[in-house]
Amino acid sequence: MADSEVTALEHAPGLKHHFDDTEQQLESSTLGMWVFLLTEIMFFGGMFGGYTVYRNLYPDAFASSSRYMNIPIGAFNTAVLICSSLTMALAVRAAQLGNKKVLIWFLVFTLILGCVFLGLKVVEYHEKWVDHHIPGPGFRYEDARYFHQAQILFFLYFAMTGMHAMHMVVGAGLLTTLIIMAARNRFSAAWYTPVEMIGLYWHFVDIVWIFLFPLLYLIGRTK
Amino acid sequence: MTHQVVPVRAYVAVFLALIILTITTVVVSRIELGEYNFIVAITIAVIKAVLVILFFMHVKQSSSMTKLFVGAGFFWMAILLVFILSDYFSRGWLPGATWWRS
Amino acid sequence: MSTTLSHPPTEERPNYLNVDYGWKSWLLTTDHKRIALLYLFSITAFFFVGGAFAVGMRLNLLTPKGLFAHDTYNKLFTMHGIIMVFFFLVPSIPATLGNFLVPPMVGARDLAFPRINLLSWYIYIVGGIFAITAIVRGGVDTGWTFYAPFSSTYSNTHVILAAIGVFVSGFSSILTGLNFIVTVHKMRAPGMTWSRLPLFVWAHYATSLIQVLGTPVIAITIVLLGMERVLHAGIFDPALGGDPILFQHLFWFYSHPAVYIMILPGMGVISEIVACFSRKSIFGYGFVAFSSVAIAVLGFLVWGHHLFVAGQSMYASMVFSFISFLVAVPSAIKVFNWTATMYRGSVSYDTPMLYAFGFIGLFTIGGLTGLFLATMAVDVHVTDTYFVIAHFHYVMVGGMVMAYLGGIHFWFPKITGRLYPEGWAKFAALVVFVGFNLTFFPQFVLGYLGMPRRYAAYADEFQILNVMSTAGASILGVGYLIPMIYLAWAWRYGPKSPQNPWGAKGLEWEQSPTPPPTFNFDVPPVMNEPAYNYSGEEKEVEIGR
Repeated sequence: MADSEVTALEHAPGLKHHFDDTEQQLESSTLGMWVFLLTEIMFFGGMFGGYTVYRNLYPDAFASSSRYMNIPIGAFNTAVLICSSLTMALAVRAAQLGNKKVLIWFLVFTLILGCVFLGLKVVEYHEKWVDHHIPGPGFRYEDARYFHQAQILFFLYFAMTGMHAMHMVVGAGLLTTLIIMAARNRFSAAWYTPVEMIGLYWHFVDIVWIFLFPLLYLIGRTK
Repeated sequence: MTHQVVPVRAYVAVFLALIILTITTVVVSRIELGEYNFIVAITIAVIKAVLVILFFMHVKQSSSMTKLFVGAGFFWMAILLVFILSDYFSRGWLPGATWWRS
Repeated sequence: MSTTLSHPPTEERPNYLNVDYGWKSWLLTTDHKRIALLYLFSITAFFFVGGAFAVGMRLNLLTPKGLFAHDTYNKLFTMHGIIMVFFFLVPSIPATLGNFLVPPMVGARDLAFPRINLLSWYIYIVGGIFAITAIVRGGVDTGWTFYAPFSSTYSNTHVILAAIGVFVSGFSSILTGLNFIVTVHKMRAPGMTWSRLPLFVWAHYATSLIQVLGTPVIAITIVLLGMERVLHAGIFDPALGGDPILFQHLFWFYSHPAVYIMILPGMGVISEIVACFSRKSIFGYGFVAFSSVAIAVLGFLVWGHHLFVAGQSMYASMVFSFISFLVAVPSAIKVFNWTATMYRGSVSYDTPMLYAFGFIGLFTIGGLTGLFLATMAVDVHVTDTYFVIAHFHYVMVGGMVMAYLGGIHFWFPKITGRLYPEGWAKFAALVVFVGFNLTFFPQFVLGYLGMPRRYAAYADEFQILNVMSTAGASILGVGYLIPMIYLAWAWRYGPKSPQNPWGAKGLEWEQSPTPPPTFNFDVPPVMNEPAYNYSGEEKEVEIGR
């Protein structure tokens, strides 16, 4: 690859050749990550749309099926994710200050909290499986009037929380990569862009849950 | 290097606000408010999301372009929801088949 | 006013093509120009695959009774649509000409994320492999629109394979769009303000917005469709309490803006060509730039016009119909502005300009017939007939493909460093134009007379028009083959091109060698005049050259 002869420039850490300077590169990375998060908003938005439609079409079935949502686990998981957002923000802050040890600790805490969330999700899904509430041939519903509608609503529940959980798994993988990179001294106060970018991703996944929790677990409970 | 370093206090304050809002939304969901249950829950969720976006994701310190992109994203999802729902909500306005009510 | 370099290009000067050889230097490249060529070859291959299905369809439609089994015919039109839409038209200009030209046009050394650019090509190939696998395993018969519950429940063809292919290719589209948006925002050269950007770049920026905001919705629609096909929970199946119209809403939320992905880049090409071959700045630059963004935004608000007869509420339909009328306005503004550019311009009739003329006329017809379809009362009669098919082929083939061919010819010297044979090129353009109109104009009549689309057999009285259409298709096919031959020949044996054979304005022509070096510019470029400054006025003081 014809390399630039302009190597008279001192190479700032992590600076790629097609960028003029680190600031341009960082602004580009940030804008790029935000554009990607926009695509995620639209991706989940489609499911929120489908869910809203069916909630409005079948309000009674919805009220019936929301009794089976496990609020304690849901609420606790919400708190877990909020904590993980705090630890992630503090990790980015540590990177900003060039504090490697603190950075790694906070990344590890974030990862652990993420795994707690996923573990509780497994518990919840297991509950659903035991109750025969997983859509498909094994689906059973206690109130025969709402069998089909409830199946659709549970389908959307699994689609939405499942997609969210998949994003958490990817996030866990990304965090692991960051921990390894940080342990290998790849980051400094001059360059810690991946930490910040993955931080944005993690916060976004938290925001999705912030909406999922009330919509799936809390609405329709009082009827 | 990116933005000003935010003091730990600020992050912890946002964190506490988020926890309190979560507790609030769970408690309010137990109270029968009819249609308002939904509105209150969504409002609280929006406030929480805004806090995460502005402070944890540093949008408050970011350029106007970033803020525009973030706003545009949510606006576009709103387009999807509003227009689709406008179909479902206006279906009953003309006499005709209402297959889903059977 | 010639802007060619004073010395001719030498054989030995390193450029992006000869800087390195071997398959690794191509398959592991991060050079946006090489990636553009990777896309060019794959997209051309898919074009012929999709074209092969069209050949099958047109052969079948020569006689009223048909040639193939009806199930086979269903697979032909489905695969024709899927391949042409997702694997040819959506990536076409952005992934080839866009990838190649956006960086030099803004004065950058590469796109913002070169490795993501390469990844987007690999993702496209993986998606293509799924699609080809679906074909080889027996095809899909749901129509490219995958309407549920047929696709989710009743079809026993390879829906999931094809759906995965589409899902994966969507990521390719998203990554390309993301790259363009960041590049245009962050990597413009000094002096390259938004109001000096080539309209090609504005068009690609608007296209990228659509790609980024729309594609994820079809992605989730396909995920839900796949889950439904496996679990049969009933989300789109009325027998199980679901609503098939919900599928259509989610599907068309992307697929309507997708058609603007499939035309905006072509409009960008036309702006460049018309300005160059009229030797005049585009009339109403600001209006044209704004129209690109307006089309992108309004395009998201009209999808319900595909659901007029599906069971959508009358009131929602009226809103969608009205906004569909509005979205025609910025397109019309562009056509007026191109025409005004040519008026009192110094027009020459090289091949790219011939394709531009073709585009303007055929796109206008296609666009106007879109208004017929947006009119609910008319749509009730012509929806799901050949009228719709003629409409979208006029805009997509008469429009986009003509722009694509025009762009390929216009930038051929820049990309290859060679000149193509102008005589053959003009001849091929004529063949394409004649073949296209003979193929698709009869289809307007057929649709108006009531011949339904997606039918393997038809009433006897439609045969003459169908035969005309098939005859036209064979001519059109020849018209596409001819450039394949002479362009390939010219790449190897054509005369060497000077830096700026057309005397065009724009950083890619004036400040970048032909063909460009890997990082596009020998000297960091500066933009110190308005775009399309053919008249040579209002030039600022040159900075340090």
